[in-house]
Amino acid sequence: MLGQGLSNGHPKRYLNNMSSTTDRPVATAFSMIDLIVNGQAIRSSAATLDRLLSETGYPEARVATALNGDFVPQRARATTPLADGDRIEILSPRQGG
Amino acid sequence: MTPDQPLTFYGVQFNSRMLIGTALYSSPEILSQSVKASAAQIVTVSLRREAARAKTGQRFWELIRALGVTVLPNTAGCRTAKEAITTAEMAREVFGTDWIKLEVIANDDTLQPDLFGLVEAAGHLSKEGFKVFPYTTEDLGAAERLMAAGCEVLMPWGAPIGSGRGLNNPYGLQTMRNYFPGVPLVVDAGIGAPSHAAAAMELGYDAVLLNTAIAKAGDPPRMAIAFAEAIRAGRSAYEAGLMEIRDMASPSTPVAGTPFFDLGGAS
Repeated sequence: MLGQGLSNGHPKRYLNNMSSTTDRPVATAFSMIDLIVNGQAIRSSAATLDRLLSETGYPEARVATALNGDFVPQRARATTPLADGDRIEILSPRQGG
Repeated sequence: MTPDQPLTFYGVQFNSRMLIGTALYSSPEILSQSVKASAAQIVTVSLRREAARAKTGQRFWELIRALGVTVLPNTAGCRTAKEAITTAEMAREVFGTDWIKLEVIANDDTLQPDLFGLVEAAGHLSKEGFKVFPYTTEDLGAAERLMAAGCEVLMPWGAPIGSGRGLNNPYGLQTMRNYFPGVPLVVDAGIGAPSHAAAAMELGYDAVLLNTAIAKAGDPPRMAIAFAEAIRAGRSAYEAGLMEIRDMASPSTPVAGTPFFDLGGAS
């Protein structure tokens, strides 16, 4: 089911409270965090995944997102906090065989 | 004349028995023309990283939608079950389909399937409601595990992806066909020429999935037509029933009434 962790038994972070249990710094309006977006290192002040998408230039784009290897549905992006060191994938339709 | 039987995948019927890939074409126009010429009703697509402020994915998606075909997203390039599962979940949201061509790749040289990761991912995705089209080999043990995991279609390779070598193991493919008489089977990968596709269809395979052989042809739309004709011919031949192969010659012209028959071969 969507929203279930794959096999580790823990719910994905977006289902947790925003002040989640992570011990890494979470971005606030006044802090910057280091992220890896599509393999590229960036610094961002985005507190959530949907903020990151709009700040980095993916507004209303037809994309799918993953955070640290787990799928994040579009409806969960606004409640998915970002933390220092997060790896984000932003994918869109391409040719395939 | 009896029309060829339709093809059914997960309860959906198709008249065309070709699945066509959308990669490697020289231009979007040639891609569109080739898909139309092929009369294929299913096309494969993928997901790749999108650059910021780019509309590459959106443009491609509009081109595919204009073709009015069924979309089968793949998990090409995934090396683990976990990567393939995440990619499938992303594809379901972007493409709006629970169909997935499941690839878990074991080896860069051969791009052969990692059967262990494939079975693991197929089971997980089937439980999530996906309709899985696994890219596999002709290994019957793996095939049974895939069926038990929920797959209702199997797609064994003909030869390594992009190699154009045709059917490397016709005996293995024939065995698989015989072993799973009621399961839709698709030869996926390695097809280089229409004759390869016809051979797969003559074995009783339900469909053929190909990409490079059309995309890299000198005239892709024309090659798409050639493949469509070969696939139709191979299917009709299978349904018509091929003659049995004999070890020795057997005259086709009647022996009775052969002139000079009684002369004893005098020369």
